[in-house]
Amino acid sequence: MIRLDKVCRSFMVGDQRVSALSDIDLHIAAGDYVSIMGPSGSGKSTLLNLLGLLDRPSSGVYKLDGIDVTSLDDVQQAKVRSEKIGFVFQSFHLVPRLSAAMNIELPLILAGMPPAERKQRVTQLLEDYSLTDRADPRPDQLSGGQRQRVAIARATSMNPAVLLADEPTGNLDQTTGKEVIHLLESLVERKVTLIMVTHDPDIGVRAHTQLHMVDGRLSDEGH
Amino acid sequence: MKAIDVLYFASGSLRGSRSRTLLMILAMSIGVAAVVVLTGLGEGARRYVINQFSSLGTNLVIVFPGRTETAGVGPGMLLGQIPRELSLDDAQALLRSPAVSRFAPLAIGSSQVSQGALNREVMVLGSTSELLSIRHMSMAQGQFLPSGDIHDSVSVCVLGSKIQHELFGNNNPIGAWVRLGDRRFRVTGVMSSQGESMGFNTDEIVIVPIASAHMLFNTTGVYRILVEAKNRSTILAAKRDVEDIIVKRHKGERDVTVITQDAVLATFDRILSALTMAVGGIAAISLSVAGVLIMNVMLIAVSQRVKEIGLLKALGAPPKQVRNLFFAEAALLSAIGCVVGLLLGEAGVLVIAKLYPSLPVGAPWWAVLAAIVTSLGTGILFSVWPARRASQLDPVTALAGR
Repeated sequence: MIRLDKVCRSFMVGDQRVSALSDIDLHIAAGDYVSIMGPSGSGKSTLLNLLGLLDRPSSGVYKLDGIDVTSLDDVQQAKVRSEKIGFVFQSFHLVPRLSAAMNIELPLILAGMPPAERKQRVTQLLEDYSLTDRADPRPDQLSGGQRQRVAIARATSMNPAVLLADEPTGNLDQTTGKEVIHLLESLVERKVTLIMVTHDPDIGVRAHTQLHMVDGRLSDEGH
Repeated sequence: MKAIDVLYFASGSLRGSRSRTLLMILAMSIGVAAVVVLTGLGEGARRYVINQFSSLGTNLVIVFPGRTETAGVGPGMLLGQIPRELSLDDAQALLRSPAVSRFAPLAIGSSQVSQGALNREVMVLGSTSELLSIRHMSMAQGQFLPSGDIHDSVSVCVLGSKIQHELFGNNNPIGAWVRLGDRRFRVTGVMSSQGESMGFNTDEIVIVPIASAHMLFNTTGVYRILVEAKNRSTILAAKRDVEDIIVKRHKGERDVTVITQDAVLATFDRILSALTMAVGGIAAISLSVAGVLIMNVMLIAVSQRVKEIGLLKALGAPPKQVRNLFFAEAALLSAIGCVVGLLLGEAGVLVIAKLYPSLPVGAPWWAVLAAIVTSLGTGILFSVWPARRASQLDPVTALAGR
């Protein structure tokens, strides 16, 4: 499903080259549940951005479903993101002026899906994530847990193969955080590949595959 | 992404920042309204002048003595020579042309008019009975000059409305006698008040038969001959005939100037159209200023909505789509501003029309079209840069809000 070969990512800070990822070799099978843990600044988010095609590696090869996605141009990458990848962010990233339902609908609109089909799918998603009675409020009228549920509903609206979650519980309290994790894990049962960056070891250990990052490298402990 | 969805999304983000949107629409609509009102005024001035000209009469050819009158002072004038005068017989000869339907000769002078103890200086116009209909004048009471032999010096006169008021007050002047210079004239009629028309105030003149004017001023010359052509298409033929007839009568010497009303009109038309265009152009500059404002606001919008742009990209929007969203927003802004501006402008024109009923204001269609094109054009043109900027944002930094 996902295969990284000697992937490096370095940034220029001033006139110094800083390496965020060095020589990452990684294989993730379809339907896997992966957690990426490590101290801040270890390159977890950079890796996640690379996997989500938001960023390009400085060197190395990234194959998604057997396709070398690093060689695709912006438009093709956008298409891959739209069809295969869903994002869940720590700070939700909901569009404040749109209703919950509209936020969920957004990827479908961007993909150019006909309105009738869109409406049907949004109704189904609202039901799946028990948000039916919270369809109309705008994000600032929702609780944190509801917001993250809307964000997850949005991330899964295009039925992506890969779901990337960056600290999905970071802005939530313990109880809601647990609910969100259960929700994400239920997606794994539906054959979605879940890759989650987290600080919290209690959450990290629940994953089938646990990756630890230190200074831009993967360490194999806990495998 | 479907076009309707692009529009819906763009209108959503406009609704999301209401005061910004309203201010932008205001700026745009003021620009558009300025174009509409200013060109409306210019066009009004043009129509006003043209109306004034047509009130002189229709299908007119005007003959005046001398060849150099429009070109300034001729050498002969400096030597004390005057061009050969036009005579009443010259005027009558013009009827030989099949293109000419009728004519009115004019002689002009000034004299004292007195009635009882009242007297004043007045412009005296000598002419014939045809003048009334050729010049489209109308009577307030009584009769105009009698028709009959052009050489008969009948002692009757027609008063301008202001003269009538000054000499007779509220008394009926018809049938009364007034003295002009050393002769007495019986008042047969009073002109209705028409005000100034091309520098010639018909309210302050006294009109007498042209033969009487000649006697009064001891001349035989004709100052102008107003010739009416049969219809619009024969104006040029009439002009040619008039020239030929008079040249023949003046022993082959081309010593008259014949102008058509159309030629004068066309000149004024050109001048005032140019003026209207200039004023409209100035207003269009204010429109492009509104365009710059739109650019400024869209740039601010891009930096305010960095996270949203990052999100759109993460959700799979290619750069072109992001660009189109911002494009649509700017286009929508300028379109609404344009419509509001047109309505404001037309309202302004209506108000001006109410305040100055004599001025036929109304924006010409080309100005309205230009306002629409300029506003939409600048709005879209000036959003190219902000939209490009949005589409080129790096999604990772954009999502982080940096």
